[in-house]
Amino acid sequence: MSSMPKTLFDKVWERHVVVPETADHPATLYIDLHLIHEVTSPQAFTVLKERGLKVRRPDRTLATIDHSTPTLLNDDGSRPFVTKQAEAQVKTLLANVAEHDIEVHGWESENRGIVHVMGPELGATRPGMTIVCGDSHTSTHGAFGAIAFGIGTTQVGHVLANQSILMRKPKTMAVYVDGELSEGVTPKDVILAIIAKIGVGGGTGYALEYRGSVFENMSMDGRMTVCNMSIEAGARCGMVAPDDKTFAYLEGRKFAPSSDNGDYLAACEDWASLASDPGASYDKEVFLKAEDIRPMVTYGTHPGMAMPIDALIPDAADEAEENALSYMQVKAGEEITGLKVDRVFIGSCTNSRMEDLRAAAQIMSGARVVDGLTAIIVPGSELVKKQAEAEGLHEIFTAAGAEWREPGCSMCIAMNGDKAAPGELVVSTSNRNFAGRQGPGARTILASPETAAAAAISGVLVDPRIFSNTGEDAHDVV
Amino acid sequence: MSFEPLKTITSKTLVLPAANIDTDQIIPARFLTVTTRDGLGKHAFNDWRYNDDGTPNDHLLNQDSSPQCQILVGGHNFGCGSSREHAPWALTDYGFRVVISSEIADIFRGNSLKNGLLPIVIEKSAHQWLLDHPGEDVTVDLEKCEVRLPKNGGTYSFDIDAFSRHCLMEGVDEMGYLRAQDVAITEFEARHGDN
Repeated sequence: MSSMPKTLFDKVWERHVVVPETADHPATLYIDLHLIHEVTSPQAFTVLKERGLKVRRPDRTLATIDHSTPTLLNDDGSRPFVTKQAEAQVKTLLANVAEHDIEVHGWESENRGIVHVMGPELGATRPGMTIVCGDSHTSTHGAFGAIAFGIGTTQVGHVLANQSILMRKPKTMAVYVDGELSEGVTPKDVILAIIAKIGVGGGTGYALEYRGSVFENMSMDGRMTVCNMSIEAGARCGMVAPDDKTFAYLEGRKFAPSSDNGDYLAACEDWASLASDPGASYDKEVFLKAEDIRPMVTYGTHPGMAMPIDALIPDAADEAEENALSYMQVKAGEEITGLKVDRVFIGSCTNSRMEDLRAAAQIMSGARVVDGLTAIIVPGSELVKKQAEAEGLHEIFTAAGAEWREPGCSMCIAMNGDKAAPGELVVSTSNRNFAGRQGPGARTILASPETAAAAAISGVLVDPRIFSNTGEDAHDVV
Repeated sequence: MSFEPLKTITSKTLVLPAANIDTDQIIPARFLTVTTRDGLGKHAFNDWRYNDDGTPNDHLLNQDSSPQCQILVGGHNFGCGSSREHAPWALTDYGFRVVISSEIADIFRGNSLKNGLLPIVIEKSAHQWLLDHPGEDVTVDLEKCEVRLPKNGGTYSFDIDAFSRHCLMEGVDEMGYLRAQDVAITEFEARHGDN
């Protein structure tokens, strides 16, 4: 019997429908993995308690602490929480997971990390799964061919109690980027270019699938960077078809099927079958040419206001954009390079993995962070920190005058003590440049680790390509 | 999570016309270290409403009559960004029961529906009328799925998922419905296996 060609999203969705949707009811969708952290779970555990409910599948729930946690240590080894309330929130998470027998990667775990860095590292994120978390950047896990999306706290409670959520199937959008990226163009630049094209709300109601040679050739770290920011175009999830790179990444990880018997090969065979069928149709298709993409930065107060770093700042399209330019203290028609930078943040679930840190280290190696500029490098997890230190990257950063911190969300969300002062200009590898996101009045420019590192040693926003593959001399250019 | 049933509301609107109002504006992250959901209304749009020293400025949201406005009209793509449910918690605690825009972000829309806050996506001409006429008495009728504008502004229908509408009108959340599917979920787990 022949059947309609299906998309990757359709195949994974169909595997998880407990009760199909009707005109009167959304579908009941089974959730394979529920990631939880301290900020969006406490009120959900309270609801469980009020209703006398248990966690249905502690074995499908995985916890960590990342958002409210300090990235500094006191001299005595204690943690300088930003407030007593932040400390209490972390304690509440730890108490809740202990009570409900949920695996947690807390202070003692060598796997603690930003929830979206940790999941893949543990092999808890695998192709074909449904994954949710009370965090909109759960879309990151779509890099493995999973349907992964953020939920609110009420739904965190639903998943804790029922391992399922109610949801209508979204539409699908294929985002094709074919061709070859130019030298110095990174995954962050690709996703910023995509968001700039489809708009900050352009993906609302859609599940994205990233297709084309650029994603096929991209590393898993890069695919995670791309899928991570799907939500910044309004799409709740973004996916890449699993392939040999996916399988190689996962092999041997804690929760991956064992390689000792035939389990891993059998799993890979199944995962490979998830790729969209030839001829599968999408509700919408978008095309970008790889050759057109240049290093990108944002210039306004949402991620859709992004531009090539070597272009001129575009005219404001409406009053909101005028206000954004005014907030950022930039003018349409002027160059964005040369803006004085006060602070650089390299980290977050978007860009805190090994590939990101290696790229930043390559540019900062042998250079100095400009006087008066603060640069902090925050690894995404304890594993990333350990690996970076094994490679000596931390010494490159500290020798340059940057701070090497403990893993956590840090300045991406600025609810943990790491933040910018009012008016400061931050070049940040994170995912949101909303007004005040990195501290009241702080001005954020989103960029790749390369661009952020180049800004740190230049004191101004510069095109990072001047530092690429030209050796140490490049540091004298600016 | 219980809330007052919502059937028909007539109220003055409060208009925040900027496009792409994100959830970091609705409730900045530094107020998210709470472990309860109460009392966030005073921090709704915190950084728009208060001076650096914490004193209230002359923002519309600080006017005495504003918390009586049950209908918030926001610019296009309202509620984008973070999935924090603290955003609808802050808005409902402030006093809103309805948010109207020409586009509303997915996660915020879903979170609102679960907290007795009705998100309405309305056609562009009606949205523009609302932006142009702040503070008018507007009627939102969930039974008929209509927004009725005064002063010959017209009547506009809106779409809402039947199940969400039922939950809002009865003042119930989805937990009970999901609990009732326990058998189906157990059967699903048996055939789904470990992946």
